[in-house]
Amino acid sequence: MLFQDVISRWPMILNGVMLTILLSFVAIGLGLVLATLMTALRSLAGSWAGYIVDAYVELMRNTPFLVQLFMIFFGLPQIGIRMNGLEASLLAMTLNLAAYATEIIRAGVDSIHKSQVEAGMALAMTKRQVLQYVILQPAFARVWPALSSQFVLMMLASSICSFVSVQELSGTAAIIEQDTFRSFETYIIVTIIYLVLALSLKLFLNWLGRKLFPQVSGLARLTEAHGEAA
Amino acid sequence: MQTFGWPEAYFILRAASWTLALTAIAFFIGSIIGGIFAIMRLSRVKALRRFAAGYILVIQSIPVLMVLFMSYYGLSAIGIELPPFFAASASLSIYVSAYLAEIWRGSIESVPRQQWEASASLALTTTQQYRYIILPQAIRISLPPTVGFLVQLVKNTSIVQVVGFVDLMRAGMLVNNATYQAFQIFTLVGAIYFAICFPLSRLSRHLEKVMNASRSH
Repeated sequence: MLFQDVISRWPMILNGVMLTILLSFVAIGLGLVLATLMTALRSLAGSWAGYIVDAYVELMRNTPFLVQLFMIFFGLPQIGIRMNGLEASLLAMTLNLAAYATEIIRAGVDSIHKSQVEAGMALAMTKRQVLQYVILQPAFARVWPALSSQFVLMMLASSICSFVSVQELSGTAAIIEQDTFRSFETYIIVTIIYLVLALSLKLFLNWLGRKLFPQVSGLARLTEAHGEAA
Repeated sequence: MQTFGWPEAYFILRAASWTLALTAIAFFIGSIIGGIFAIMRLSRVKALRRFAAGYILVIQSIPVLMVLFMSYYGLSAIGIELPPFFAASASLSIYVSAYLAEIWRGSIESVPRQQWEASASLALTTTQQYRYIILPQAIRISLPPTVGFLVQLVKNTSIVQVVGFVDLMRAGMLVNNATYQAFQIFTLVGAIYFAICFPLSRLSRHLEKVMNASRSH
């Protein structure tokens, strides 16, 4: 095994890692915003908006990410919308993540009991305050673990963007492999990097969840102290 | 230049059967390995528990694409040349095993502890406990998430085309290379995937509802 051929190309690998991280974070950020908007649209606007959001979510969740990516990269130019591989990847990842996140956030919002909202209004909270403190914050806190694992899955799925010649981590791996013919060594190293990335992202999201929703961990501690299963 | 017509659509539709075959094989082999890992994960022996937990964590933390490349290039590095179909089945089976092991571990754990205690007090062996008491209940609990995972598997078979295996996705790409009518072709390919996945998604949701109803009685 000759790992030095691969390791000597570390600046390329580092670039790939940075691009994978960039793709993931932009898609997670944009996808989350889009998902929150769609959830709001679903519950606030008329039923037609709900049907459109539902149809979108089902469509995205029941077709492969690769088909969505190819549709954007190869299909859209045919109707005059042209973009490069990176733009197509970002768009595909954002749209895909938004669909999954909408479904997850919806479950969180559904878990908020109506009496909570009524209690909030009885305390003379404004509509905005009720939406922020009574509905969204507790809903996000509840589904944060599910959202986190979806984010990690999206980061792993970003490897598929190498099929439209984006030089992220697995795209870089393909180039190094062609240069060196050290397929196995290349993919072992890249796999280990993905493993480190996924575990770091998981730890980061856990930490972020504790920072963003501290009151919930307090509640969890309380129920634990009373010996109830959460 | 060739255009996208009925023969091409038929070619794509026929390749969908390879997607189904691959899904079935990966699910079959993956569920055997996954079942073993699920039980190892709950074993009384610490080393087995640790090993299974490590396997699940590693496979779930790397892209399926890397599992595919590792089994394709890894085996050829030690001199075994696998035909694309076998490399694809092997890597997808590994992927399936890790996720099913985790789903099934959760299902086994959600069988109430008293069931273990009651069956132990009837002098059943561990094997008998699993066979007669725990698994029949755990399997019921695991059905909705298992069917839900099947949807993920069908979708993930789309990446194995990269090692040259002609499945639904590859067929679409081949037709696209000949006709350049990507919009129509990938609409058809997407529609076929949807036709496979959507009923499974609905079934999973339906099972979940039925189970919840029977549990709240």
